[in-house]
Amino acid sequence: MTDLASSEVTTVPVAAPAPRTLQRRRRRGRLGPGKRIPYGRLLGPLLVLGLWLIASAAGALDPRIIPAPWTVVRTANRLWSAGTLPTDILTSLRRAGLGFAIGLVGGVALALASGLSRVGEALIDGTVQVKRAIPSLGLIPLFILWLGIGETFKIAIIALGVFIPIYINTYAALSGIDSRYVELAEVVRLSRWRFIRQIVIPGALPGFFVGLRLGVTGSWLSLVVLEQINATSGLGYMMFQAQNYGQTDVIVVGLLAYGVFGFVSDSIVRVIERRVLSWRHTLSN
Amino acid sequence: MATHTEQLTPPAVRISNLIRGYGTRTVLDRISLDITPGEFVALLGHSGSGKSTLLRAIADLDYDVDGAGELTAPDRVSVVFQDSRLLPWRRILDNVVLGVRGNNVAERGRAALAEVGLAGRERAWPSQLSGGEAQRAALARSLVWDPELLLADEPFGALDALTRTKMHALLRELCVRHRPAVLLVTHDVDEAVVLADRVLVLEEGRISVDLSIDLPHPRSYRDSRLAEYRERLLAALGVLQSEAS
Repeated sequence: MTDLASSEVTTVPVAAPAPRTLQRRRRRGRLGPGKRIPYGRLLGPLLVLGLWLIASAAGALDPRIIPAPWTVVRTANRLWSAGTLPTDILTSLRRAGLGFAIGLVGGVALALASGLSRVGEALIDGTVQVKRAIPSLGLIPLFILWLGIGETFKIAIIALGVFIPIYINTYAALSGIDSRYVELAEVVRLSRWRFIRQIVIPGALPGFFVGLRLGVTGSWLSLVVLEQINATSGLGYMMFQAQNYGQTDVIVVGLLAYGVFGFVSDSIVRVIERRVLSWRHTLSN
Repeated sequence: MATHTEQLTPPAVRISNLIRGYGTRTVLDRISLDITPGEFVALLGHSGSGKSTLLRAIADLDYDVDGAGELTAPDRVSVVFQDSRLLPWRRILDNVVLGVRGNNVAERGRAALAEVGLAGRERAWPSQLSGGEAQRAALARSLVWDPELLLADEPFGALDALTRTKMHALLRELCVRHRPAVLLVTHDVDEAVVLADRVLVLEEGRISVDLSIDLPHPRSYRDSRLAEYRERLLAALGVLQSEAS
C-alpha cells in the first residue's frame, strides 16, 4: 500500500486496541526504577532514627558518646523553653538565608553575563574557576581583616559558597544550549531578547536547578565553622559551647537541626523544580 | 525598451554563480538556479555533494562560510529540518507559533495544527508525540508563516516507510493549498519523483541533472511512467538499477 492517492486518508483515527485481559508473563524485569514510593525520601532518615532508638534502648550505645534519642528530645525541649534554641535557630537561619540570597543573585547574574556574551565569558569565567580552586573557608582570615569580625564576613563567606555551584551549573547549562535550537531561532527570526527568554533560559533551567540544590545545602555547610568564630548565638555556637562542657546531647540537637533544615530546604527546591520543569519525563517521574 | 520576458512573474529564488566553500574545499561550484513561485523542486545527491550547503545558503544560515555569487530569496522563507526540532519545554501550540507576532497568533497556530491533522494536541508536550506527529508539528510551524518558499532538509529521513508515505501525501496536499515554492533536499529517488515537478542532481558542487517530471498529481509509486525518470536519476547518481532494487 504505497499508493499516494490511497494514502490520503491520513486523518482517519485508528480504533484503539481493546485492552488486553490476558496477562503475559515477562521474561525479563523492567530496567526503569518503577513507581515512586510516596514520601519515600523520608524512609532512609526514619530508618536511621529507628536503628538509633533500638540501639540506645538495648544499651548498645554509650550515652557519653551518643546520647539516646529521648535524652536529645528532652534537651531540645529544655533549650527551647529556655529560649536559647529559638534564638540560635533564628540567627542561623538568618545568616544562611541572607548568604544564600546574595550567592543566588550573584551566581545567576554572573552566569548570565558570561553565558550570553563572549566578553563576559572571557572576563568572568576564568576568574571564577580560579576562585573555585580556593577553599571558601581558607578566605576566612582575609575576610575578617577586610570586613571585620562581625556578621558581614560570615554572610560573605556563605554567599561565596552558594555562588560557586550555582554559577558553575547555570553557566554550563547556558553555554550548552543545543546549536540546533540556535539555528531554529534564526529561521523564525527571533530577536536577541526573545531568543534568550524563550530558548536560552528555559533550556538552562535544569542545570540551574542542580546548582540551586547544591547551593541551598552549601549555605548550611559553612555555617558550623563560621559560628565558632566570635559568635554569641547560632547553632554552631551552641554546639561549640557544648563541646567545652562535654554535652553530647546538645551537640546532637544542633546536628539534627542542621539535618532537618538541610532536608527541608532541599525538598522545597525539589518541589519548585518539579513544577517548573514539568515538561521533563525522566526516570524520576 | 521593455522586453516580453520582464512581464513574467519573477522567480521565487534566483541563484547565479553561487560559490560556497570551507577553507580550500569548494562545496558549491558556480551554481545557477531559478525556482518559480509554486514550483516543487527536489534536490538529490550523495552525502557531501553540497545539498545541505545550498539549502543553508538559501535559508541565510551560513554565517562562517566563504562564498561569492548572487542569491535572491523571498522574504517569507520557512525551513523544515530532518529532526522536528521542537523545543521540549514548550507545548505544541507554543512551538508552532514560535517567533510569530501580530494578532490571533494562537488562532493561526491552531489552524496550522488542524491542517496537519494535529487538532486537539495543542497542549501536548513534544515528548508525548510520535516521530510522525512531531514532524507534522514541524510542518505546521513552517506553515504558520505562510511561506513563499519552503526549504526542507531531508524532512522525512528519520521516519518509517509507512509514516513517510503519509507525510508525502500531506506535504503535497499542503503545497496545493498554499502554493509555496519548495526545495526538498532528499537522498530518496522515489520520494523525489513522486513529489516534485522538477528534480535536480547535485554532484561535486554542480547541478549535473535538471529533470522536469510532467506527470499529474497525485502520483502512484507504482506508476510505470515514473520508472523511466527513476532510472535516469539513479544512473546520474551512479547507482545501477540492479543495486537499487
